[in-house]
Amino acid sequence: MEKEVKIEVKNLFKIFGPQPKKALALLEQGLGKEEIFEKTDTTVGVQRASFEIHTGEIFVIMGLSGSGKSTMVRMLNRLIEPTAGHVLIDGEDITTMSNEQLVKLRRKKLSMVFQSFALMPHMSVIQNAAFGLEMDGVDKETREKRAFQALEQVGLEAWAESMPDELSGGMQQRVGLARGLAVDPDILLMDEAFSALDPLIRTEMQDELLKLQAKAKRTIVFISHDLDEAMRIGDRIAIMEGGRVVQVGTPEEILQNPADDYVRAFFRGVDPTNILSAGDIATDTQVTIPITDGRNPRAGLQRLIKNDRDYAYVLDSDHIFKGIVSTDSLREMLDDERVPSLIPNAYLGDVVAAHKDDSLQDILPKVANQPWPLPILDDDGRYLGAVSKNLFLRTLHRNSAEDELESDPANSEKG
Amino acid sequence: MNFFNFEEQLIPLDEWIQAFVDWLVLNYRGFFQMLKSPIEFSLEWLEWFFTTLPPLVIILLFAVAAWRYAGKRVTLFTVLTFLLVGALGLWDETMTTLAMVVSSVFFCALAGIPLGIMAGRSDRFEMYLRPCLDAMQTTPAFVYLVPVVMLFSIGTVSGILATIVFSLPPIIRLTSLGIRQVHPELIEASLAFGATSWQVLRRVQFPLALPSIMAGLNQTLMMALSMVVIAALIGAGGLGNPVVQGLNTLEIGLATVGGLAIVLLAMVLDRITQGFGR
Repeated sequence: MEKEVKIEVKNLFKIFGPQPKKALALLEQGLGKEEIFEKTDTTVGVQRASFEIHTGEIFVIMGLSGSGKSTMVRMLNRLIEPTAGHVLIDGEDITTMSNEQLVKLRRKKLSMVFQSFALMPHMSVIQNAAFGLEMDGVDKETREKRAFQALEQVGLEAWAESMPDELSGGMQQRVGLARGLAVDPDILLMDEAFSALDPLIRTEMQDELLKLQAKAKRTIVFISHDLDEAMRIGDRIAIMEGGRVVQVGTPEEILQNPADDYVRAFFRGVDPTNILSAGDIATDTQVTIPITDGRNPRAGLQRLIKNDRDYAYVLDSDHIFKGIVSTDSLREMLDDERVPSLIPNAYLGDVVAAHKDDSLQDILPKVANQPWPLPILDDDGRYLGAVSKNLFLRTLHRNSAEDELESDPANSEKG
Repeated sequence: MNFFNFEEQLIPLDEWIQAFVDWLVLNYRGFFQMLKSPIEFSLEWLEWFFTTLPPLVIILLFAVAAWRYAGKRVTLFTVLTFLLVGALGLWDETMTTLAMVVSSVFFCALAGIPLGIMAGRSDRFEMYLRPCLDAMQTTPAFVYLVPVVMLFSIGTVSGILATIVFSLPPIIRLTSLGIRQVHPELIEASLAFGATSWQVLRRVQFPLALPSIMAGLNQTLMMALSMVVIAALIGAGGLGNPVVQGLNTLEIGLATVGGLAIVLLAMVLDRITQGFGR
């Protein structure tokens, strides 16, 4: 499925300090951050970053402090001027925009939510929510109406006339979110927006964000240092280290295939059974029999024997999963004169299937209790593949081996 | 020539300055006289206001201001001060001083707040401005009294100009401080929502710097009051007059009474204007 690109970052650099040009040249020569700092007293904030952010996705930029993630997000609206490279929003290069164009872009297309909330202490909640519209010159009545709607979206309409310092931290950040939503932006930049909140409120806000996102698809760029948060809300994640983007991918891709030790270290302690879903690990290596061959069960049996498998998955012409047959059940049926030789008559009983979004924890009992690999289906009941006991254990083992931890079966069962 | 022979003067700076001021007075006196007119205008208007209104109305006005901004104790203190000053026979002098101080502070605010904002937003500007402010605050008033008189002639306007020189720095400094104290994240947030530099100033920096600016105004007012006696030396009139007169004729009583009135007036104005920032 081809996704529409909303933001394209191409070879972006940010170098802080007195000699950015020289530092850039040294970077080209392949020198490291520390050497460059020693030689030029100049700090490399972001180096050679390139990635694409798709329309309507939540894109999490994750990294530890000092990894350049905050600098990165500020280059997306040019609060920080890039030293080199390009940022394209809807195909337009913002790095070459005039100040006026930039102001217009910030008013219409982008808004931002801050870690420290950054609410105006001298303005009421509704004035804060209306701030972006006020900057845009929207008249008072219209902007307060829209700000009120935004406050309704975050459940704070009753507090419209309060001052920010009368609200709790979580509520203040809802105002921050309402301020971002009131301008109805295409893109919402969230800089560690929930990091200053306590864990319970943080989870609540994440749910709130996902709910809002389900209603109106925006492109959200979310900065976080919290892996659980990234996993929870991110459609895709970019991992930054020392100013470089070391890996971009879906949470599952990164978990299954970490690009380097840094990424692996990030995921250490993450329980794969929580993150990976059945669809992620299912393989399409089992034998399938089209039900249209139903009149000729012998062909199916031949295929099983040829592939040295015991079980086959029966699908209709739309690939919808119908049932499982085994070499034994097929043989039995063919030997029995009284039963018509049709594949459905050879179906095994007690067959259960799992949905592709089920977590590994959910499917564990099913995998364990059936002798055959568990079939994994999509929303329409189409067969995607199967998870065998072997595959399941291999997944657990690979992840714990990569964690360089003793593989402890008790641990993986606990979850 | 031995360069380290400090027996004789090597740089005749004093002569140069003398020549410069003479030249200025000779060629540009007209220009400087013209500069006087806005100050003269505002002063005359204020003096007319303070001296034409009956004392009862003035006391009432100050009492209302004190009530509104500073509470009942200050209100009581304000009323008592004005009654005492009147009873001491210094009502007219007090009104003249008020007119002078208020117009000095007005011009200080007019020049000082914009300069303070510029200094608050530009490190470079502040760097150049600071030595000037230091000089304005530390140069003994007597040094610039003479050139001021030479250029603007003797009288209340010259008194106000000298007062402005001395009392301008606090409002600039505190305005700059107020602007600088606005949390950078708020500026960043404003910019992120597409605020222009002017919008940031008008909607964020200025309102948040206001308490500090008001504190600056209060300090400027206090400094202006402390210049009353010096201004009287060049014929400015007001409450400085009895003090100067008393000094000249060694009438300790007269000087003390004048001084007392200045102190009381300063306290009244200080308490009331402190309330402005809140």
